[in-house]
Amino acid sequence: MRRLLLFLLLLLSVGSIFFATAMGSTQMALDEWFNAIQDSGSRHGELIWRLRLPRAMAAWVVGSMLAMSGCLMQVLLRNPLADPYVLGVSGGAAFASLLGMVFGVAVNFIPWLALLGALVSILLVFGLARGTGPWSGTRLLLTGVVTASGWAALISLILSQSPDNSLRGMLFWLMGDLSYASLPLWSVLVLVASFLATLGLARSLNVLAMGESTARLLGEPTRQLLWLVYLLASVLTATAVSIAGSIGFVGLIVPHLMRLLVGSDHRILIPAATLFGGLFLVFSDTLARTLLSPRQLPVGVITALLGVPLFLLLLNRARLKGVQP
Amino acid sequence: MTLVCQSLDVSIAGKNICRQLDLTLAPGQFWGLLGPNGIGKTTLLKCMAGLSAPDNGSILLEQQLMDKLPRRVIARLLGMLQQHTVYVFDASVLETALTGRHPHLGYWEREGAEDKQKAIDAIRVVDLEGFESRCVTSLSGGEARRLAFAALIVQEPTILLLDEPTNHLDMKHQLRIMNQVEQQVKHRQRAAITALHDVNLAARYCSHILMLSGEGQWQAGPADELLNLDNLEQLYQCPVESVMTSAGVRFYPSAGPETT
Repeated sequence: MRRLLLFLLLLLSVGSIFFATAMGSTQMALDEWFNAIQDSGSRHGELIWRLRLPRAMAAWVVGSMLAMSGCLMQVLLRNPLADPYVLGVSGGAAFASLLGMVFGVAVNFIPWLALLGALVSILLVFGLARGTGPWSGTRLLLTGVVTASGWAALISLILSQSPDNSLRGMLFWLMGDLSYASLPLWSVLVLVASFLATLGLARSLNVLAMGESTARLLGEPTRQLLWLVYLLASVLTATAVSIAGSIGFVGLIVPHLMRLLVGSDHRILIPAATLFGGLFLVFSDTLARTLLSPRQLPVGVITALLGVPLFLLLLNRARLKGVQP
Repeated sequence: MTLVCQSLDVSIAGKNICRQLDLTLAPGQFWGLLGPNGIGKTTLLKCMAGLSAPDNGSILLEQQLMDKLPRRVIARLLGMLQQHTVYVFDASVLETALTGRHPHLGYWEREGAEDKQKAIDAIRVVDLEGFESRCVTSLSGGEARRLAFAALIVQEPTILLLDEPTNHLDMKHQLRIMNQVEQQVKHRQRAAITALHDVNLAARYCSHILMLSGEGQWQAGPADELLNLDNLEQLYQCPVESVMTSAGVRFYPSAGPETT
């Protein structure tokens, strides 16, 4: 049953990418699209193979990374509301990237700066909230929210001091936009490696979700495990941000929806969220390209417009069920 | 399989819980840990479980220093029911009981039919039959508590540390849990220590008693030697009466002017 569901999600993922190549400001009929796929040299073929397909694949990779990162952070915080965007990890990555751009750092190094920003941000949040006292999810979440505001303020500072001609490119980091996205090979490797590592940790994550001391009593060396999960979550967020800027709500909504569908066992939740995160962002980006076509919206606006009501709905459901959100 | 505390000093926030505690939990022994509120019963149990470090002294598990053993090895030998059980994520009752198998499974290994049977049996023991697919976040406080105990049974530790296992439980389930611990101790040669507030549960079930009375003072020994009016009045700073019943001596707080 669960395998069937995963297979269905995989099928939908592939389907979403094909769908994304067919949609856009240049309309194509089905037979035109079919011909264009086969002839990459034609005008439509070039549009599909060089513009739409790479963009759709980038969207898929970024979406699955954010969903995975969300799953990991929710376990870390023992709070289903955790998300790289909410906790300021995306903000830290975006700030470091922007700072790099202002100082004219080579484009190749920007992802490393994003990683640095994400790591600093996550260390700051966990360092401040952890302290010596007991580990508290609420304190951690609040610290994350405040840290996110701090990054937002620093980003505004940079924007206000930047020349007009670089503003547009910088706004890209803030709203989350796939218009300029490319998909470097290393990011695919990061996705595959993180996915395998996370899947290997899945049963440990189940135990960790029940609390740090419970996990230790069940045989997990939690200190090492927590660090590994921090690191994975940071690398995934940083890679996603360096490709597409800080896109919000994917890491929040996707694990939530998948938990409703497949339950909380990470051995099934991780692959389901990874697949659904990918296809969710491909559809969101397709909407972003076509909704006001030929004008394009930043995909972060779409995910927020889809995510916020969905999130409020879920929160309300949780309240009705008498569950602590 | 024994757990040995050697001249253990434990404190929390500068307050002594026990000084120079020597204690051996041997197979077949069921210890009751008694003491007034806030005296440090939980902290001591956490220390015995290796969750926090003692100030001084050592804890030996199977003749080996516990802080040198990997958590996974400890978890196969020693299990603890913590005082609070809060479930945040919507796992099912069966999935949660199965987490007890975690230390016994290999890295990529999945729970087999045998593991599942153990979980189902434990769920029956705690009277949660029919709840297997229920979501843990929808359980009542007492039900969540029983589920946590089931997960401990599934873990199959030879040393059981229980922090107020009867919290939130009605009479029937208090007895059910205590009977189960007694059975594990007697028939499967396990050792248990349980923090309790109900002196009569201790009198009924425990073979040995450890009393913590503050300032690092402690007393340990067979239950019938330690459970008497003088000790209990001193321990709880409250007048106590005893009644002889067919099952043995039972204790009640007497309603004197001192209690008001």
